[in-house]
Amino acid sequence: MTALGKLVRTTAFRLTLAYALVFAVISAGVLGYVAWNGRHLVEQGMRETVDAEVNGLVDQFRVGNIRRLVASVEQRTRRPGSSLYLVTTFVGEALAGNVARLPTSVLTSAGDYPDTPYERLDDPNDVTHYAYVRVILLPGGFRLVVGRDLAELNSLGQAVKRAFLLALVILTVFGLVGGFIVARRVLARIDSMTESANAIMAGALTRRLPLAGSNDELDRLAGSLNAMLDRIGELLSGLKEVSDNIAHDLKTPLTRLRSGAEEALRTAKDPQEYRQALERTIEESDKLISVFNALLMIARAEGGRAAENMAQFDAAEIARSVVELYEPLAEEAGVSLFVEAPGTLQAHGNRELAGQALANLVDNALKYAKAADDGKAEPIAEVQVSARANGDGTTEVSVCDHGPGIPEADRERVLERFVRLEGSRTRPGFGLGLSLANAVMRLHGGSLKLEDNHPGLRATLCFPPPLVGATT
Amino acid sequence: MKILVVEDDRDAAAYVQKALREEGHVVDQAFDGLDGYALAREGNYDVLIVDRMLPKLDGLSLVRSLREQEVHTPVLFLSALGQVDDRVKGLRAGGDDYLTKPYAFSELLARIEVLARRRSSGAAREETVYQVGDLELDRLSRRVTRAGQTLDLQPREFRLLEYMMRHAGQVVTRTMLLENVWDYHFDPQTNVIDVHVSRLRGKIDKGFDRPLLQTVRGAGYVIRDGAR
Repeated sequence: MTALGKLVRTTAFRLTLAYALVFAVISAGVLGYVAWNGRHLVEQGMRETVDAEVNGLVDQFRVGNIRRLVASVEQRTRRPGSSLYLVTTFVGEALAGNVARLPTSVLTSAGDYPDTPYERLDDPNDVTHYAYVRVILLPGGFRLVVGRDLAELNSLGQAVKRAFLLALVILTVFGLVGGFIVARRVLARIDSMTESANAIMAGALTRRLPLAGSNDELDRLAGSLNAMLDRIGELLSGLKEVSDNIAHDLKTPLTRLRSGAEEALRTAKDPQEYRQALERTIEESDKLISVFNALLMIARAEGGRAAENMAQFDAAEIARSVVELYEPLAEEAGVSLFVEAPGTLQAHGNRELAGQALANLVDNALKYAKAADDGKAEPIAEVQVSARANGDGTTEVSVCDHGPGIPEADRERVLERFVRLEGSRTRPGFGLGLSLANAVMRLHGGSLKLEDNHPGLRATLCFPPPLVGATT
Repeated sequence: MKILVVEDDRDAAAYVQKALREEGHVVDQAFDGLDGYALAREGNYDVLIVDRMLPKLDGLSLVRSLREQEVHTPVLFLSALGQVDDRVKGLRAGGDDYLTKPYAFSELLARIEVLARRRSSGAAREETVYQVGDLELDRLSRRVTRAGQTLDLQPREFRLLEYMMRHAGQVVTRTMLLENVWDYHFDPQTNVIDVHVSRLRGKIDKGFDRPLLQTVRGAGYVIRDGAR
């Protein structure tokens, strides 16, 4: 009962029912019109036949009086499918014809009688038939009756009635069965979606809604919901990762901070030593603060919160100003830093964040530009920053160095927080630069590409085309 | 200087008050937004230090209301929210500067001194020629001379020197330089600003016996006539 109740309550079933009803009404209307029209035509034909017969017989009467009429009627009654005829004297005595009895009221005056009961001579069972008759009064008190049986007309009505009933039955049966099947299919899919959703809520977070593969509305809905679940999952795991990282990677500097302070308390002998210990403590905590800031920024960028501060900015200007910012540092490190960013390159995003992402890449490139790759020759100490617009509206800013690069297998991994490859652990940093750049690019709807520069690393910030109608 | 600190964390407020008093400033405190608003409207302060998150009336609304009442005392926002959009919101509400917690006291001090000076000297400070000792910077002809000798500066070095000379005698921090000269607000991981400053120093101080561009340990830089 509940299953049936559920079925009846589904939209699909109700729609089917409504459509079945509408079709029944329409087909009734069409059939009714056909029946009415047909009846009208048949009646008209009947009247015309009767007219013709009457004219013919009245002519016979004029030419040869009653004898000729009687002879003519007798001849006509013998034809198959003949009309009804009756010729009587003024007292109603039948002279000729195939009608056995007519109501006497009909015979008294001339005129049309549309639905008149009568009995036939050729029907032995005295059954009452109905006919359309016309009564003519002839000179000498004779009466001529010509008519057509209505059986033909009535059988047409019967046929229409049967057709209507049949149509109704077919419509109802097909409608109900079809609705039932459609509703059942939809219901089954919705039930399985509900069941999956419940399972996900209950903790099976990796489960997804089933897809039928038909790409219909339900599939598209399920696809969107799955994409939403994926995104939520990513955010959740990002959050979890952040807390794991904080627990893991921030405890180390915190421990250093604490033990430094502890050691100063234990061993410092004069204010000068205390002072130094305190300065070291502030330095360490400043580093921790900058790690916190970077982590928060990554989380924020991944959460897509800064999207409200997107505007048009000039990617070429960013390339130039960041290079300009790092140029003295590069010179001090003995690395040549070049920039190739002509004119203006409009991109959509946040200049601040994009600048920071690029600064991180340049910072990295400078750090590794002079690092030799295990025993090989000293690399060319050169870092090239170039900005360009692609034909498809995207804007790219890349930073290329000739340092050791990143092995292909590690390129995904270095984008994670706190990941530092072997050989880079001795260098300053926390392993957040690339993660931050990556998060910023994802926030922009773009990407951070890491490629081989033969040798070295080519890191590219890809900005998507500016939105149409974006505010400047 | 007369400073109002609107901060609901009493320990933090007491620390800021004590440190500012040691620097010779007069400091009042308010512990919630409404008190802060009342004090800021009545008292004639040189600078307001306003926390973003305050009981009764939040910092943004406080400053917005003050600006609507034509109170134009410079405001420095303090906030634990340090992201780009938060800073933009703070500046839009009528704040003049934004500092993220936790911060170094030297940073706070440098920033409020710049804010207060901007107010007291107003437009008068926008002279066309800045002068510190025998160092001269002409903003119109973009010429820099020291003791009559023309110095050859790159455009960015010129802007760096211009900013420092506009705030001559005041400590400017690394982040202030990055914000005002490069218009970036992030915190560069390496000593990029130091290298720029030492290059500039090489050009303006090298060969002269009185260094004008001095490093203030733990805070930043200051350009001043060494006699002071």
